[in-house]
Amino acid sequence: MAELATAGGNLDTEVMTINIGPHHPATHGVLRLVVDLEGEIVRDLRPVIGYVHTGIEKSCEDKSYWKVIPFVERMDYVSYFFQMEAFCGAVERLVGLEIPPRAKYLRMIFLELNRIHSHLVWLGTTALDLGAVSMLWYCFRERDRILDLFEMATGQRMHTRYFQVGGVIEDIPRGFEAKLRQFVADMPVRVGQYQDLLDRNEVFLSRTKNTGIVSRERLLELGVTGPLLRAAGEPWDLRKAFDYLAYPEMDFKVPVGTVGDNYDRYRVRVAEMIESVRIIEQALDGLPEGPFIADDRKYVLPPRSELSTSMESLIHHFKLVTEGYRVEAGEVYYAIESPRGELGCFVLADGSAKPARVHIRDASFVNLQAFKDMSVDSYVADMICSLGMLDPILGGVDR
Amino acid sequence: MPDGPGLELIRGEIEQDHPGAVLDTSFDREQAALVVDPAQIIAVLRWLRDAPGQGYGFLSSLHAADYLPAEPRFGIHYELLNRDRIERVRVKAMLANPAEGLPEIDSCVELFPTAEFQEREVYDFFGIVFRGHPDMTRILLPDDYVGWPQRRDFPIGGEPVTFTYNERNYG
Repeated sequence: MAELATAGGNLDTEVMTINIGPHHPATHGVLRLVVDLEGEIVRDLRPVIGYVHTGIEKSCEDKSYWKVIPFVERMDYVSYFFQMEAFCGAVERLVGLEIPPRAKYLRMIFLELNRIHSHLVWLGTTALDLGAVSMLWYCFRERDRILDLFEMATGQRMHTRYFQVGGVIEDIPRGFEAKLRQFVADMPVRVGQYQDLLDRNEVFLSRTKNTGIVSRERLLELGVTGPLLRAAGEPWDLRKAFDYLAYPEMDFKVPVGTVGDNYDRYRVRVAEMIESVRIIEQALDGLPEGPFIADDRKYVLPPRSELSTSMESLIHHFKLVTEGYRVEAGEVYYAIESPRGELGCFVLADGSAKPARVHIRDASFVNLQAFKDMSVDSYVADMICSLGMLDPILGGVDR
Repeated sequence: MPDGPGLELIRGEIEQDHPGAVLDTSFDREQAALVVDPAQIIAVLRWLRDAPGQGYGFLSSLHAADYLPAEPRFGIHYELLNRDRIERVRVKAMLANPAEGLPEIDSCVELFPTAEFQEREVYDFFGIVFRGHPDMTRILLPDDYVGWPQRRDFPIGGEPVTFTYNERNYG
């Protein structure tokens, strides 16, 4: 990149501003880029966002706590389990609700499945941008198996509303474990196949190696987290740093890169898929027996079977479904490691049954600020590669 | 997380360098927060980042909340993180809504470049101006949008949907 910083001086070129997007397949969503080009070299760049802003945070203020869950899921539409966990976890900390061990493990299984799913979508679409068309089909084949698992356990392929304040809505069905074990056994083989297809692919290597480098100090200044930061050699993972769910009991590694170029970003994410598989395996082996949701009738719906026999359960059910539960005034910021980095949820409670403020600190939104540093003084083709490797989900950016 | 006494220690040390900067502390639900005089917010953030033994060098999140009907009503939250000791501390600056114009606070983009988008977002939704921000414009809403929708006195709904059919017939 250094030689490009001064290149073009002896050519008769002038800076030209062009517009990419908002509807452009390489922007992975509705992102508009205003790019200053000198010949083929990017000299300046400005992302313009907000095209899919739907005011979710405002809508959440008009819904009782349990009705907010489907709203937050639809922000970052590729990692919906993570949004649910961030919001439910924040509310659980607000009301001081401890979730049972089985719920922790079930949540972890679904979070890690979702992480693999998210990375598969990223790998397929980014490789497609770089000309490896077949990758899309292979990645989406495995992604579909994950969606089948989601459908089996929750009834929905996307936006499952599976996590509840206090645990999960249902236990996993019979046959789910066998199917998941089959997937867990297959996935490392599949990941190996992806690596065989890409790791020695001359086109892929020359497009990704030594492109889009940003130093780790700069990334930290810009607040970048997740695989992008780890690719630059910083072993920072909230699953290791903070104690949430049952991650401290799991044995997994945090893959890091060395150079921080697009190739390292690819390697880190692919290695993360293997680590997620390991976590799922351990969580399945150690899945504790017991309830899957907390037994606090003030916040958790009573079991369906009790409604026809217990007057008290019926009253609890009625109260929870109509008004919802009130949360004592207070505020909580709860952050988890999403596939894109730190996903934080800030919830402000004012004592009523509706949150006074729900804010999601979306990793894509913050990471997007590093895009200029990744792309300036590089070829426009490398910019497209860097954008894919940045992996922004515009639903999460715009909320 | 600094615990309750740790938070008071931090408060005492800030008071030595910047008297009157910390208005209040709170330790609620295992989360530590410093309520800071908005006029001295940059000094406090810089102290927390650079003072020896502190090292809150990472700004996880910057967001705002409207505490209506409390007064002062707007709270700007800075979620700071020390990545070596793995401690979070929240710095809050409370801003009143002036009779005329918009509430203002100094921008922390110089200290934490990550705040650039997030301060624009706060401006966009709450109408809080960050003095010294390089590009204080709306970020998610259209540039010609009128109003500050995340304020609590801004109604939900009622936003007209601009389909061409509506414009032709009712526009």
